Amino acid sequence: MLGKLSWSAVPINEPIDMIASCLMILAIVGILIGITVKGHWPYLWREWLTSVDHKRIGVMYCLLAMVMLLRGFTDAIMMRAQQAFAVGGAQGYLPAEHYDQVFSAHGTIMIFFVAMPFIVGLMNFAVPLQLGVRDVAFPTLNSISLWLAASGALLVNISLVIGNFARTGWFAYPPLSELRFSPDVGVDYYLWALQISGVGTLLGGVNLVTTILKLRAPGMSYMRMPMFCWTALASNLLIVAAFPVLTAAFAMLLLDRYLGFHFFTVGHGGNMMMYVNLFWVWGHPEVYILILPPFGVFSEVTATFSGKPLFGYRSMVAATLAICVLSFMVWLHHFFTMGAGANVNAVFGIVSMVIAVPTGVKIFNWLFTMYGGRVRFAVPILWTIGFMITFAIGGATGVLLAIPPVDFIVHDTVFLIAHFHNVIIAGVLFGAFAGYNYWFPKAFGFTLDEGWGKAAFWCWLIGFYLAFMPLYWLGLEGMPRRMQHYQEVGWQPWLMVAGAGAVVILAGIACQIIQLAVSIRTRDRRRDTTGDPWNGRTLEWATPSPPPMWNFAELPQVEGEDAFWQMKQLARDGKLRAAVPPAYRAIEMPKNSPTGFITAFFAVVTGFALIWHIWWMAGLGLLGAFATTLVFAWRDVAEAEIPAEVVAQFYEAHPVETLR
Amino acid sequence: MTTAIAVSHGGHGVPPIPSMEGPAPKRIVVSFGFWIFLLSDIVMFSAIFATYAVLARATAGGPTGAQLFHLTTVGVETTCLLLSTFTCGLMSLAINLGRRGATYLGGAVTFLLGAVFLTLEIREFAAMFAEGATPQRSAFLSGFFTLVGCHGLHVAIGLIWLTVMMVQVASKGFSPFVHHRLLCFSLFWHALDIIWVALFSIVYLMGAR
Amino acid sequence: MPSSGLCRSLALITASGLGGCSGGLFDPAGPVSSAERTILYNSLGIMLAIIVPTIIATLGVAWWFRASNKRAHHMPDWQYSGRIEMIVWSIPAMTILLLGGIDWIGSHQLDPYKPIVNQGKALRIQVVSLDWKWLFILPDQGIASVNKVVVPTGIPLSFRLTASGVMNSFLVPQLGSQIALMPRMETQLHLRADRPGSYRGYSTNFSGDGYAGMAFTIDAVPAGRFDQAVTAIRGRGPDLDAAGYAELAKPSEAVPAYTYGAVSPGLFDRIVAPEAPAAGPIPAQRANTPEED
Repeated sequence: MLGKLSWSAVPINEPIDMIASCLMILAIVGILIGITVKGHWPYLWREWLTSVDHKRIGVMYCLLAMVMLLRGFTDAIMMRAQQAFAVGGAQGYLPAEHYDQVFSAHGTIMIFFVAMPFIVGLMNFAVPLQLGVRDVAFPTLNSISLWLAASGALLVNISLVIGNFARTGWFAYPPLSELRFSPDVGVDYYLWALQISGVGTLLGGVNLVTTILKLRAPGMSYMRMPMFCWTALASNLLIVAAFPVLTAAFAMLLLDRYLGFHFFTVGHGGNMMMYVNLFWVWGHPEVYILILPPFGVFSEVTATFSGKPLFGYRSMVAATLAICVLSFMVWLHHFFTMGAGANVNAVFGIVSMVIAVPTGVKIFNWLFTMYGGRVRFAVPILWTIGFMITFAIGGATGVLLAIPPVDFIVHDTVFLIAHFHNVIIAGVLFGAFAGYNYWFPKAFGFTLDEGWGKAAFWCWLIGFYLAFMPLYWLGLEGMPRRMQHYQEVGWQPWLMVAGAGAVVILAGIACQIIQLAVSIRTRDRRRDTTGDPWNGRTLEWATPSPPPMWNFAELPQVEGEDAFWQMKQLARDGKLRAAVPPAYRAIEMPKNSPTGFITAFFAVVTGFALIWHIWWMAGLGLLGAFATTLVFAWRDVAEAEIPAEVVAQFYEAHPVETLR
Repeated sequence: MTTAIAVSHGGHGVPPIPSMEGPAPKRIVVSFGFWIFLLSDIVMFSAIFATYAVLARATAGGPTGAQLFHLTTVGVETTCLLLSTFTCGLMSLAINLGRRGATYLGGAVTFLLGAVFLTLEIREFAAMFAEGATPQRSAFLSGFFTLVGCHGLHVAIGLIWLTVMMVQVASKGFSPFVHHRLLCFSLFWHALDIIWVALFSIVYLMGAR
Repeated sequence: MPSSGLCRSLALITASGLGGCSGGLFDPAGPVSSAERTILYNSLGIMLAIIVPTIIATLGVAWWFRASNKRAHHMPDWQYSGRIEMIVWSIPAMTILLLGGIDWIGSHQLDPYKPIVNQGKALRIQVVSLDWKWLFILPDQGIASVNKVVVPTGIPLSFRLTASGVMNSFLVPQLGSQIALMPRMETQLHLRADRPGSYRGYSTNFSGDGYAGMAFTIDAVPAGRFDQAVTAIRGRGPDLDAAGYAELAKPSEAVPAYTYGAVSPGLFDRIVAPEAPAAGPIPAQRANTPEED
């Protein structure tokens, strides 16, 4: 009746698991009770859970990322604490079977449920505004994508309480991840959580590609799009081209595990290297899926806070597209040590290095964007400068890893760990935080506190260097990754410094939480009434903060790059005059829909049932999802009309000051 | 005020190039988006194709393609699928002309041909199972059943979709929604054909030798 | 607590820094690792020549052009310069051209499959990774050992490697290149130890719960003492045959090193290809050419 599920799946005997589970459940129950007591459910359901507004969906994606960041970081600090003390004969406080879950969950969560939703959230929020349109191409599909991502995250967290997570590392190489070597449900949690969220990511990618290619304000040709839109386009093209490969690889592993197929098994002709290839054919573009949108954020931030247009816009576009194409031609550098020939290794190594060229061009162009400007050191540009310096180091170690003979000696040591944290923290996460501070006033109508924001930046920056520079060193000394304990006493001091670095990063996260709390509490003092708090250049700043559901009452007519900056220049020179009184028209906007939320509910049911082999429940879940689709397909009215008076009232209440 | 600017400013001249014309109409957006989705589906198939190509000779002492494939049956399957694409095209013509009766006829024939294809495929699989050629036998057979089965699954989903669309035409007529979806369906059905052509050549024609 | 821990760590680091580097790539003991270290240092040097000025320029430009600096030249509309674009593309391109050359030459010179050519016949070593220990077979000497192997200095070591169940990776940092070990597949590696010493090796590819305990030792001794060591091992202790291997292959953790006095011939080939009909040696194959499978 309940498949493999029984009471023994609850980790009663493991205190650390149990405490973590109880805390998590208490927190969730507490929040749910709080919402119920305050009677917020109708509001939440109406305005958020069923919303198909790209801005709300973007905000919810970012919220998901931040909550999961706390979970992923808890794993990180547990690992640092373990390695700081498990030396010589000591085994530390985490037994191997628990430590192995911790690092597997850390990697999976940070890539799929922190970095991905954060950048997808920022793209969702900002791209339609920057393009000067009212929503993405498929608003309801957008909501489905969000909730499928949340479903995957939920399944990963359920594994903490019921059963266990994978003990295979975040890329789950077979044969270790095959049924013979990992018979428990851990790998199944990993696979189904990622399959479900992967479908969401793919649909989101289709949505944004279509939006950028087919929905732009009149006059916005490709070469007038803001840089962030270009990077979003490249990133989403990569999603569309790369994620199906991951889906296929995981599907094969699932067939191996569930039906006894022999894709990657030992014997019967199975070939584990096929999985390794497919995984990295997705995995390397994934790196650029993550880093390109932050490159866009840095471009916007540098231009805005230097008060200058982006230097070398065409070069930047070319560099973005070059990275986009090259990213598919380098996957083999993730396994130089699997015995490919010298020619193959050398070619893949050189192509990998070539990616450093467009990336270097970007760094130089940001530098020249600041040159001759008036740089205002607000929080977003601090993250940007911190990124430029730190990423240069990460890029250099990346080029080192692209040289096969160097890779032979540091591959899968903590040198590699230091390298990819160097690019993912300093690149993706710093970019996400820059974007968060930059667009927060647009999303909520008030700015974030500068003092706490700067404190957070410095803690993260210093913490990063403390935590990861020692790992570079240790990697050169030969320390492998994923060690639950080690014999070499000489490694311990470095790992203690790394542990201290994690504590400093924790302080940074605390500063960010305080920043948010303080900003909300003092929001009345920090209202953005202009819609343009940073003296911005792109169209999102042409709307009030927060923008109305329809973004633009009339789609703006774009006359060049930096469309909003041009409008402001024209207005200043008196060449633009507001038509008095403005003629508002009624606006058709897509109606809210619970489809996404309900589909995701059935996805969680199906996923959970499949993990535990509860076949009837899986069938019901699939049927439920199909029925939901049918109900959605039978709707007669997809859009609701917002009357002209409502639009007019809104603009009377929220005059946009900049152009006055 | 922004909104006003757009009004006062948007009047002059027609944008010179298509990429500046503003948002595309819904019909274009829907079919373009679905086309992108189909591309991603084709990428997924190519990953499975690549795996199959690598594993094609990993028979682990079990039966090979040459022993298992019967080109006559597969030839009939191919004919059915190609014909169904043709009838699907005729159905699209009927939809564009707004003729319901012809649409039902086209849909029914397409469904029938698809169903025959699927039945033949299932019988082919059953015969292989009876000979002990199951996906658990060897990596080659795992790859074969996954690749061909994945295409078959797509055809099955297509048949369900087609049925739903016929019911929608009956209950809602040719509303814009129904129109867009039928457009997407025919894109989908044609894509399945393209994948089958690749599959037929690589798996069956090359494998039967 | 963190602050006192930090102080202690800093003190320890200073101490270890004064005491010199502790191993790995900083203390190479063979031609492969020294060549790899040279490539690492050279490439790092080339890149630092670009990166350090870039970092300084970033900080300098950001600071000089701060909004409050009225002396800075203000160019609010400056966004293109063909000359600068040219430089901006060519600096990284030329750097990569240079590094690409190093990459190409290094990949060929240090291909793990390439035998090390010098006087003396290479010592053949067969390595099997098991859950969670290492089996070393010296086929020419007819002995085997677990988690520790004795080798002569100055003579090329020619490894053939495979895995019993899951994937692992074989790394001895002081000797150089690592290579993956995969079940039913064979990889090769060529190393040499130039001076006597006890070199720690690890698996770098996570292989399950006992992975952290999968360290091993390569004891490099002068050629004369190597023969003595072989004689001491041969004929003593258990024999390694198919049954003994099946027993060894069962999962166990933190296994202390021990030796086998005899090994059945062809054992390694049967581990690589248990389904092969005849016992004859299978042709050596590059592991990543599955099409030839």
